[in-house]
Amino acid sequence: MTSGLDRLISVQNASIGIRVARQQLLASNIANADTPNFKASDVDFKAELLRAMAPGRVPLGGLATTSSAHLQPPQSQSPVGVAYRVDHQGNLDGNTVDMDVERAQFAENNLRHDASITFINHLLRSVQQAVQGQ
Amino acid sequence: MFNIFKIAGSALSAQSVRLNTIASNLANAESVAGPNGEPYRARQVVFGAKLLEDGKGYSVEAGPIVESTAPFRLVHEPSNPMADENGYVKMSNVNAVEDMVNMISASRSYQNSTEVISSVKSMMQKTLQIGS
Repeated sequence: MTSGLDRLISVQNASIGIRVARQQLLASNIANADTPNFKASDVDFKAELLRAMAPGRVPLGGLATTSSAHLQPPQSQSPVGVAYRVDHQGNLDGNTVDMDVERAQFAENNLRHDASITFINHLLRSVQQAVQGQ
Repeated sequence: MFNIFKIAGSALSAQSVRLNTIASNLANAESVAGPNGEPYRARQVVFGAKLLEDGKGYSVEAGPIVESTAPFRLVHEPSNPMADENGYVKMSNVNAVEDMVNMISASRSYQNSTEVISSVKSMMQKTLQIGS
């Protein structure tokens, strides 16, 4: 059941979930910068967000259940938009992690996550102001 | 999101193991005979990626420590008691330049992982402050 408040922050909410999943992938890339044969991967944010906003999609945490007889719809384990990063400089041991690219993406992802949080805060505050009649 | 701490923590400990082996290599770079009578062989750590339980990331493990099979360095010193019949002394096969570069790379990776931890910590703190 989506209340007005859920619909108001739904885009930012979905965006935060994807940002967090992406942050985990980028942290994996950075941690495995010296592992032989490790291939760097990343999330296609646009595809993931479109998939998240499509009607009828299962929310990230699964459906709320109030009885043990309620079923959960099948969920895929990993985001659909995960793909390998294009490797510009080959490495002798098969590792494709480019530390500069990963660090820049990590910083950008962090910033956009904070931006989503700020937007949610502003949306909630505007609802609060409407309720208080200011 | 808490898995990121696990990932970055594993990277920190793996890089420390790597730094330890580098320190041991550099310390024994000039040694002639070890406890088994042979000179010191340079050691390297092999890293391996380990899939997390939720399948959405990889942590890193410092795997087996392998010894280098490079030939021992031969130094001509006939007066040395450890010299063989041609007057050559077998010294350890540590390449100090390679290990110094390795050390810089390991400390850079370590720094990156600590930055990952502090970034994610501030992300979570901001998330906790939604609405306040």
